[in-house]
Amino acid sequence: MEFVFTDEQNMIRDTAESFLQEVSTSAAIRDVMVTDRGYDPALWQTVCSDLYWQAIHTPEDYGGMGLGYVELVAMQEQMGRYLFCSPYYASVCMAINAVLVAGTAEQKQRLLPQFCAGKTATLAFAGEAAAGYGGRWDVATVDATFEAKGDGYLLNGHYEFVIDGASADYLILAARDAATKGAASQGHHGISLFVADANSPGIKRELLPTMDQTRKWARISVTDVVVPNSALLGAQSQSGDALAMVLDLATVALAAEQMGGAQQLLDMTVAYTKERNQFGRAIAGFQAIKHKAADMMLRVEVARSGVYYAACVAEEALQAIQAGTAVDLVALQEAASVAKAYCSDAFFKNAGEAIQIHGGVGFTWEYDVHLYFKRAKASEQYLGTGAWHRERLAALLLDGEGVL
Amino acid sequence: MKLSFSAADEQFREEVASWLQQNLQGEFEAIRYRGGPGDEHMYHHERHAWEQRMAQGGWTCVGWPKQYGGRGCSIEQQVIFFEEYARAGGPGRVGHIGEGLAGPTIMAFGSDAQKQKYLPGIVSGKELWCQGYSEPGAGSDLANVKTKARFDESKQQWVINGQKVWTSLAQEADYCFVLARTDPESKAHKGLGFFLVKMVQPGIEVRPIQQMTGTSEFNEVFFDDAVCAADDIVGAPGDGWKVAMGLLGFERGVSTLGQQMQFQNEFNEILKIAKGNGAAQDPALRQRIAKAHTELKIMRYNAMRMLSGQSGGDGSLQKEALIYKLFWASWHRELGELAMDVLGPQSQILEAAPYQLSRLQAMYLFVRSDTIYGGTNQIQRNIIAERGLGMPKEPRP
Ligand SMILES: Cc1cc2nc3c(=O)[nH]c(=O)nc-3n(C[C@H](O)[C@H](O)[C@H](O)COP(=O)(O)OP(=O)(O)OC[C@H]3O[C@@H](n4cnc5c(N)ncnc54)[C@H](O)[C@@H]3O)c2cc1C
Repeated sequence: MEFVFTDEQNMIRDTAESFLQEVSTSAAIRDVMVTDRGYDPALWQTVCSDLYWQAIHTPEDYGGMGLGYVELVAMQEQMGRYLFCSPYYASVCMAINAVLVAGTAEQKQRLLPQFCAGKTATLAFAGEAAAGYGGRWDVATVDATFEAKGDGYLLNGHYEFVIDGASADYLILAARDAATKGAASQGHHGISLFVADANSPGIKRELLPTMDQTRKWARISVTDVVVPNSALLGAQSQSGDALAMVLDLATVALAAEQMGGAQQLLDMTVAYTKERNQFGRAIAGFQAIKHKAADMMLRVEVARSGVYYAACVAEEALQAIQAGTAVDLVALQEAASVAKAYCSDAFFKNAGEAIQIHGGVGFTWEYDVHLYFKRAKASEQYLGTGAWHRERLAALLLDGEGVL
Repeated sequence: MKLSFSAADEQFREEVASWLQQNLQGEFEAIRYRGGPGDEHMYHHERHAWEQRMAQGGWTCVGWPKQYGGRGCSIEQQVIFFEEYARAGGPGRVGHIGEGLAGPTIMAFGSDAQKQKYLPGIVSGKELWCQGYSEPGAGSDLANVKTKARFDESKQQWVINGQKVWTSLAQEADYCFVLARTDPESKAHKGLGFFLVKMVQPGIEVRPIQQMTGTSEFNEVFFDDAVCAADDIVGAPGDGWKVAMGLLGFERGVSTLGQQMQFQNEFNEILKIAKGNGAAQDPALRQRIAKAHTELKIMRYNAMRMLSGQSGGDGSLQKEALIYKLFWASWHRELGELAMDVLGPQSQILEAAPYQLSRLQAMYLFVRSDTIYGGTNQIQRNIIAERGLGMPKEPRP
């Protein structure tokens, strides 16, 4: 049992931290967040060519660095801390995972080197069921369809809340077999994943204006889009479990980002309390403030333990995929929900407390707290709120024969 | 970073489990799952006998070095031991204050003579200890102790006068470690001594205090010219605060993982009830149950992080260790509330008159103390803010 970062993992974390601190400044975030793309392409190319972060957990056979999910999570934590505006999450934590989990060796060989070279991609899966109150974020939400046509497939449907969907070079599209009906086309059944050039005819991408400006969402509609056979990842109609796994992996990575954000809010808030004087002393000396700060630290440390645990489970799952052995999907689902449920609440609560402790300036556009406060709500809503994940856990705990 | 245990550790797990299976039966069947927090007054004699059975098997003080009679287990093995112990329903250990607090303190700060005199009694499970810190005027403000220790030159021994309060298990203990003022003129944390005092002597009177559970685990202890041999002070007169604080560092140890298994047992019982009485269908309760599960899981990984990161036991608290007490105490208090809400109105009916509580009822009431003893939640927050975040210290007059 070595439940701490190794020296190498610490080094990766430290490098990410110092680079991001330098490039993802308040001014830099504010410059790019108002653009449609939402990130600086030159900086993205630097990240890809000089640092090679996007290749972190891709196996060396496919041109990656061959590190594990723990390293990816260490990276994500820093991305969240510095609110780095980039296609990293969509490309690495969603699209690359989809290819790693669902693709054949040949597909990995063809696609991963392109992603490692800096081509951006994202995953589109959420249909109508994700849109409403308490929306669904599991495989069941997929409602786009595919049908075999000649030596390819015809895709139809639409997708909500696609992260970086308007700017990505490639889309990984989840769809259901249009030929099946009833149970065969529900839940995990009848699902396929396709890789498509985002500019293929028939794909309409609409950038959604969002409260959180630091990460872009798009609505994508797909009308009679034709893709070749080679676009199908894995076996036809058999990718339900793979998609579930991809979503859980993405959930773990998002939780890591949330934890990093919660940490940064703590740091900036404590620093502020030491500078701000009222009643003749630093407000950091008031117990009402100290106790709130202590609770913020508790949330961060608890979140961290939950995330690192989930990272270890995710790493095991990906290793199983690589080795061609069975994946413990329930363990992954449980770990992802534990992490996301806790981190969603922790990030949001820390953001709320940060505003309160900053007082009036906390409510201004000028101070950065609101950027985190907005990101916190957006990340909380994406891939399921704390309550949604707790319900998923409750189902595991209470509705079955005690799987956990 | 990895979470798995080695094959050798897994083999150790089997050894522990099978020893427990073979021994925790027959005369000890009745004490399985008993004697935990809120239940510590129950089955004392049987549990004391059990402590000695454990000692015969070499299962007391598993984390102590071999030279002091321990088993010298690695952290992983200690984790495994405490987990299996709780899994098997091992009863609350009557020796825990000796094994977890007095012993490690004597090993760290005591003389060779003290080690020889006191450690074997703890390892053998025969001699029990209690903790004499709190006083009526010194709880959170522990440095305010008033109990006095005066050295009597003619008799060449220490003479102790004063009063302690909330002393858990004083009624059963053979020894008490007492924090007392050696310099009557001194204030706060200066001029204190740390004494190893024999409980059964004419100068000591123990009076039980009835708790809200209707039972008594803790006591008032009165010292009226109680005596203590010249060499039963740990460290020099005046060093008491350093020793006392060192001891508090031992409080968060590997046993926290055993404690979590106990929490898991309680949680499982609540799950079972929820599935049986329909509470599992209540959306609000489902949320709370899942929240409890989430945080219990994380508690385990937080403890593992704390143990993995322990840097040579230099007493420096890392962040995950600083928050640990506040986290588990608050969690456990909520679990008590959850238990009652899952049970519904049935939670109000006692097992028997006049005041016999079920295990969950006792747990529910007892958890109110988790956020008080060992440093209240407020004191924990002060410590986190000051040591973890470098915020200003509380003003001292
Ligand atoms: C079940 C149980 C078992 C115990 N066993 C033992 C034992 O074996 N040996 C032993 O020595 N002691 C024991 N104790 C005592 C325990 O350590 C004290 O109760 C605890 O330290 C709190 O002290 P107090 O009760 O005097 O509360 P007080 O210190 O009077 O606190 C009262 C309230 O004021 C708050 N408060 C105090 N100071 C501050 C501050 N600076 N900032 C903000 N809030 C503050 C506290 O948080 C609390 O809410 C036990 C207590 C319990 C409940």
